[in-house]
Amino acid sequence: MNANNIFQLDGEDIPFRSGQTIMQAATHHGTYIPHLCWHPDFAAHGSCKLCTVKVNGRFGSSCTTEAQPGMNVENRTAELDDKRRTLLQMFFVEGNHFCPSCEKSGNCTLQATAYELKMMSPHFDMFYPDRPVDASHPDILLDFNRCIMCSLCVTASREVDGKNVFAMGGRGILGRRIHINSESGKLADTDFAATDRAASICPVGVILRKRKGFAVPIGERKYDLAPISAQVKEAAP
Amino acid sequence: MSDIDMIDAVVDRHRRDGTRLVQILREIQEQLGWLSPATLTRVADAVGWPRAEVSGTASFYSFFHKRPRGRYCVLWSDNITDRMLGNADLMDAMCKKLWLEPGRVSEDGLVSVNTTSCTGMCDQGPALLVNYRAMTRMTQARLGEMVGLIRNETPIAEWPAEWFGVEDNIRRKDILLAHDLVPGQALSAALERGPEKMLAEIKDARLRGRGGAGFSTGLKWEACRNAEGHGAGAAHYVVCNADEGEPGTFKDRVLLTSYADLVFEGMSIAGLVVGAKKGLLYLRGEYRYLLEPLESALAVRREARLLGKNILGSNFEFDIEIHLGAGAYICGEESALIESLEGKPGRPRIRPPFPVTKGYLGQPTTVNNVETLAASCLIAAHGSEWYAQHGTEKSTGTKILSVSGDCERPGIYEYPYGVTVRQVLEDCGATDSQAVQNSGPSGVCVAEAEFDRRIAFEDLPTAGAFMVFDETRDMFEVARNFAHFFAHESCGFCTPCRVGTTLVRNMMDKIARQHGSPYDIDELFKLHRLMQGASHCGLGNSACNPVFDTLNKFRPAYERRLQSLDYEPAFDLDAALSQARQMTGRDDAGAHLQNEADA
Repeated sequence: MNANNIFQLDGEDIPFRSGQTIMQAATHHGTYIPHLCWHPDFAAHGSCKLCTVKVNGRFGSSCTTEAQPGMNVENRTAELDDKRRTLLQMFFVEGNHFCPSCEKSGNCTLQATAYELKMMSPHFDMFYPDRPVDASHPDILLDFNRCIMCSLCVTASREVDGKNVFAMGGRGILGRRIHINSESGKLADTDFAATDRAASICPVGVILRKRKGFAVPIGERKYDLAPISAQVKEAAP
Repeated sequence: MSDIDMIDAVVDRHRRDGTRLVQILREIQEQLGWLSPATLTRVADAVGWPRAEVSGTASFYSFFHKRPRGRYCVLWSDNITDRMLGNADLMDAMCKKLWLEPGRVSEDGLVSVNTTSCTGMCDQGPALLVNYRAMTRMTQARLGEMVGLIRNETPIAEWPAEWFGVEDNIRRKDILLAHDLVPGQALSAALERGPEKMLAEIKDARLRGRGGAGFSTGLKWEACRNAEGHGAGAAHYVVCNADEGEPGTFKDRVLLTSYADLVFEGMSIAGLVVGAKKGLLYLRGEYRYLLEPLESALAVRREARLLGKNILGSNFEFDIEIHLGAGAYICGEESALIESLEGKPGRPRIRPPFPVTKGYLGQPTTVNNVETLAASCLIAAHGSEWYAQHGTEKSTGTKILSVSGDCERPGIYEYPYGVTVRQVLEDCGATDSQAVQNSGPSGVCVAEAEFDRRIAFEDLPTAGAFMVFDETRDMFEVARNFAHFFAHESCGFCTPCRVGTTLVRNMMDKIARQHGSPYDIDELFKLHRLMQGASHCGLGNSACNPVFDTLNKFRPAYERRLQSLDYEPAFDLDAALSQARQMTGRDDAGAHLQNEADA
């Protein structure tokens, strides 16, 4: 690693390899930058905008901005966390998120991030969209009410499983959604399997295994044990 | 020919190439009326793409129908200028005559009526699209006749031709619109110079992009020229951005109608400079009616050896293909446009890399505005020195403005850069103007006190829209119209824009219903700051501009709608009962609840 390859993140020295993004370098170093759509195994998607930082005074997504020597990056400032809270509230009002009844509660990135950023209410009027559930598959349930449009299932199915079961299509608040790779639009009519990487990639509670609810009790789940900001190393590549 | 044979024939004509998906779907839909699940499966199999991706593309574009549409599909252009010309009453009257609700297909599948984003006929509205054919100057009289023709299922080809007439309305010509070049003249001058000297000439002329952003055309071409092609398909491409979607803009329509040779010649010059053999013109779906005339113009140029191999006897080879869009404003953003050219939803790419190094099919691509390319012909023919004499120091040449709204002579005005807003208003016969929306909703709202500002990159940059509002207009309603536009056109990729544009729209509607409070104004400012900083592309960054500008410059238009309260709930008790009233047919006092504030 080049000794000059260091940038400042909230005053902390972060070393990086040439070509790494700010997010990659920070994660490797164990420093938390809030994010939802980024995953260390895949190329950046850049859609959730939760990882927005200020690079030398200008806003940018840390998952798509390459680290440069001497950069001054602001991350957990009051201004940026305030924007992130609003973005989180946007996620909560555009979908139908009922944490108390969700199997993913305690293991959910959206919920954990909202706790981390001390989001106390959805703030805006709820949109209550109509998003039908797909329970057609024998082993997997799809509950699109919780989708945050991160596209991780799309990427995992394409790149790891080689299947293209999912695609992101449509436009805008009403149209944008996951499209299933069958004429019926049902998961049962695809070659999707519970062993696919895509079956375990969802950061929220859209892709759920059937007949396996609440195996770990609430209170003992991943983010019940420690906040998401304290679990960065585990996610590091 | 059966439907399946027709689908196969279309796909085969496009060499079963999935990157041509938008063209394939459009051509099939023109034959079948809509894109059924079976159609999409057949197309996906034929091009070898996952069906989910084909479905994803089909559902991205407003003009693609995944459910049967009416045999007559009527779409009213809903720009604020159409509103000011009375489109809402006309559409309402049409729905009443046809016993229809907007957005619904009639029970017999005959007709559907809805709105669509600005169709680029602002100087001759109220405008509409009927089965995606552009119509202008709708009146109550025409409306009655049209409803009759629809009821009798008279084919559109037999409707009065003058209903489809589109005027150029050129009111002021300068060096571009008054040019005296003959086809081939600029191109042969460019060939004589050679690519390097031609590039130097463009740079010396200090030509800047006419799409609004004003990036140096010379630098763009140079970066594209210097970028290396990648892999087996190594090539360079020229793309002409004719996705003129900014509400209030229609100058590219006129250039493509009456100056197509100049545009094609500009593309050829760009091709010569960057080393491209192929150019693509991305024409917005609203201008579908221009496709055949443009194809004919291309054929004439091929015949005259101005396109194809050995152009004008040289070894320069270049040809142009036209792609049609399908109703998506976001495709005016250059990387979204390229995605669309590749058959995908028009979602702006992550940049860098920029299109000049990795654009169409991953190859170096220069994307230029219609007007920029046309202007390059003047530089080729007359030289940079001559060109730079026009306009200002930082904004050389001229700018074509699309003038609409409250004025006597709406239409096309070409001025040297540096003209004042006041001068344009005077020339177009605008009186008692209170504001001009410069460069469309994503631009700047200019108030009367600023009418001495100049149209130029150093003061008021513009993509060409110039919408005039006189003092009788309600600037809040102008901003609300634009808020609806952005909510409809957001691609939905990034959170701040996808959700933010809808939140802004809802808040503007809340204020319009007189349920707003100063709290909502603060919320609008907060959303503006978030969307401007965190959005993925220019759409989200600028989506709050009209709200922000009107809040700052026309605050009373908002305040007279606010309750004098700190907080006003969005929930309206009485309105919540409206559905129950409709169902029971009651409207007596007992079927109403009084809101506390009114009590």
